[in-house]
Amino acid sequence: MVAKFDLNDDSIVVIIGTGAGGGVLANELAQKGVKVVALEAGGRYLPEDYINDEWDSFGQLAWTEPRTTSGDWRVAKDFSGLPAWIVKAVGGTSIHWAGASLRFHEHEWKAKTHYGAVDGANLLDWPIDPAEMEPYYEKAEAKLGVTRTGDRPGLPGSNNYKVFEKGALALGYKDVSTGRMAINSVEYDGRNACQQTGFCFQGCKWGAKWSSAYTDIPRGEATGNLEVRDHVHAARILHDDKGLASGVEYFDKDGNLQMQKAKIVCVAGNSIESPRILLNSHSAMFPDGLANSSGQVGRNYMRHMTGSVYGVFDKPVRMWRGTTMAGIIRDESRHDPSRGFVGGYEFETLSLGLPFMAAFLDPGSWGREFTSALDSYENMAGMWIVGEDMPQETNRVTLNHAVTDAYGLPVANVNYTDHPNDVAMRKHAYAQGAAVYDAVGATRTLPTPPYPSTHNLGSNRMSENPRDGVVNKHGRTHDVPNLFISDGSQFTTSAAENPTLTIVALAIRQADHIAGEISKGNM
Amino acid sequence: MATKVGSKGLTRRQLLSRATVAGASFVVGSGFMAARNAAWATELTALKPTTFATLVQMARDIYPHDKIDDQYYVKAVKGYDTADMAEEIEAGIAALDAAARGKGNASYLDTAWEKDRVAILRGMEESPFFQKVRGGLVTGLYNQKAVWPVFGYEGESYSKGGYIDRGFDDIDWL
Repeated sequence: MVAKFDLNDDSIVVIIGTGAGGGVLANELAQKGVKVVALEAGGRYLPEDYINDEWDSFGQLAWTEPRTTSGDWRVAKDFSGLPAWIVKAVGGTSIHWAGASLRFHEHEWKAKTHYGAVDGANLLDWPIDPAEMEPYYEKAEAKLGVTRTGDRPGLPGSNNYKVFEKGALALGYKDVSTGRMAINSVEYDGRNACQQTGFCFQGCKWGAKWSSAYTDIPRGEATGNLEVRDHVHAARILHDDKGLASGVEYFDKDGNLQMQKAKIVCVAGNSIESPRILLNSHSAMFPDGLANSSGQVGRNYMRHMTGSVYGVFDKPVRMWRGTTMAGIIRDESRHDPSRGFVGGYEFETLSLGLPFMAAFLDPGSWGREFTSALDSYENMAGMWIVGEDMPQETNRVTLNHAVTDAYGLPVANVNYTDHPNDVAMRKHAYAQGAAVYDAVGATRTLPTPPYPSTHNLGSNRMSENPRDGVVNKHGRTHDVPNLFISDGSQFTTSAAENPTLTIVALAIRQADHIAGEISKGNM
Repeated sequence: MATKVGSKGLTRRQLLSRATVAGASFVVGSGFMAARNAAWATELTALKPTTFATLVQMARDIYPHDKIDDQYYVKAVKGYDTADMAEEIEAGIAALDAAARGKGNASYLDTAWEKDRVAILRGMEESPFFQKVRGGLVTGLYNQKAVWPVFGYEGESYSKGGYIDRGFDDIDWL
C-alpha cells in the first residue's frame, strides 16, 4: 500500500531526489520503518516506456531546465546551456548510467595523504576509513547485482570489447575484462539477463541494468512507509528558530507552492541542483545559504577527467551492438606520479549511436575531416576515459541571478576549468587509448572531447573539519544537524571510478546512521 | 504562394524556366539539381527557389557525404522554409553570395568546385547564420532514420530481441 502523508506531518524524513542516492536511501529507510516523502522533479518511466532512440530518449528523460556555464571547459562553448547529461525522472540518472560498478582504490579515500599538496588543488582526505566501506560496498554490489562480485558471472564480450581487449593485451595491459557491471549476466533479483540490445544510456528496456526506478522505489513504496511525489520541484529548505531544518517548500504539479514539514531533510538532487537548493535556502540566520558557514557549498565541483578515443578500422566493428560499457582496462587507475600526474584513470568501452556520434565526436567541427570519420561509423570502436580530477575551489556551482527557472528561482551556473593535472592525465590517456587501437591495426584514431557531465561530484563535500567542507562522514551537514546530503555532491574527491556504486554504498550507510539516530532518540 | 521545386511537382522544364526567372545564376547552378532531378521534390512556401537551392548546397558542403542523396539534405534544411525564418535565411544566403562574388564567382551556387565553396564557408564560419545552419544539420541530417543505413547504423534493436542472437560478438577479423 503506497503511503500518503500529510503536509503537516512533522515526523517525516523528506528526501529531495530519487536517483542512486535518494532512491536507495528512501527504500532503505522505508524498510527500517522510517516514514519518508521523496520529492522528484521528473515523472515516472519504466522499462516499457524507455526509447531505443537517442534524441527521443533525451527528450523523454534528460534534465533540460535552464542552467548556465562558465570557465575554460569546452562544454561551456559547445553546450553552454547543458553542463550535464543527467536525468529528470523517478529513478534519476540511475536510468541513464552505464552500469559500471567499481569500488574506489584504497588510496583514493586519502588523496591528500597519498598525493601530497598539489598546487591549485583543494585536496582533502575523505573522513572515512576504507575498511568502514567494505561491508557497504558488499551490500551495494548485492543490491545492484554487480557482475564479477559475489558469485555473479561476468558479461560476455561484444565486438567493441573484443577489439578493445585485443589491443589492450597487445599493449601489455593485464587488468582487462568485461568489468563489474550492474547489468545482469544471468537473471538476478527478479530482473532479466542482458540481451545485448545497446541503448544502455537510454534506459534498459529489459530491466537488466539496475535502476532505482524499478527496484528500490517500488520496493520502498510496498512497505507503506514511502510516498514518492513526482513532478514536483523542490524550491528551498526551511528551518526553525533553532536553526534546524523544518520542512521543504516545493512547487507541485500545478505550480502551486506547498510545504512539507519534516523531521529530517536529505538532499539528493545531483551535484548541481543540491548546492543550488542549499544556496536558494538562504535566510536571515543563514545569509550565505543553508549549511554554508564554511563557504564550501557549491565549491570543489568535480566532473571527472574524461574524454573518448575512437579507432577506425578497415573492417566493420558495429560497436553499437551489445552492452555499452562492459569493457574495462584498469592498469592506468593506479597512482603513479612518474606518468606526470597524480591519481589514475580507467578505460571503458563506449559507443554512441550515429545521431549522438554526430553531435559529440567533435562539436562544432564540419567538412570532410569530420564527415569522413562518420563515413567509417560502422568500422569504429570506442572507449571512454574516466579519471580522477582535482577538486578546485573555483570550480563551483553558484546561483545565476540573471537567469531564472519557470518558478522564478535563480538557476545554477556551473564553472569549470581543467587543473593542469587533469590536462596531463587526459593527454596521457588519449595517447594510450590510441595505442590500444593502433595495436589492432586502426587506420585512424580520433580523440573526442568530454561530453556534458554525467558524473557530477563534490559540491557539498565531506570533511573531518567543518571549515573544509559541508558534511561529515555520514553526509550530515556540519551546520544543521537534521540536514543530510545523500548524493555524489558529498564526494570529497572524485577517485577514478564511476561513482554510482559508491553513492549507493554511502546511501545504505547513511540509512543505517539515520535510523540508528532516530532509534536512539537523537533526532 | 507555394512554389513547387523539383520534378515531382513541376516538370523539369517548368523548374528550369522558373529558375531562369529567378536569376541567370540559378540556371547554371541548377546543374546539381537537374542532375538529381528525380531524387527529390519539395514545395517551397517562403524561400526563393535559388535561396533554397543554395541552402541545400551549403548543407552538403558543410557535411559532405558522397553516399547521401540530395533529398536528405533537402529534408534537413526544409524547416527554414517558413515565413518566420525567411528574412534571416534570405539575408544569410545573400551574404554567402556576396562572399562568393568577392572571390570572383557569380554566386555561391555558381562556384563550381567544392574546395572553393568550402573556402567561402570557412570565411564565414563564425557568423550566426553559418552556426545556425551547421548546428541544425547535426540533428536535421544525422537524426533522419532513412540515412542511418548508409552508415551501417541499425537503430532500435529491442523489438528484435537485441543482438544476443544477432551478432553482438560476431567480429571475425581480429
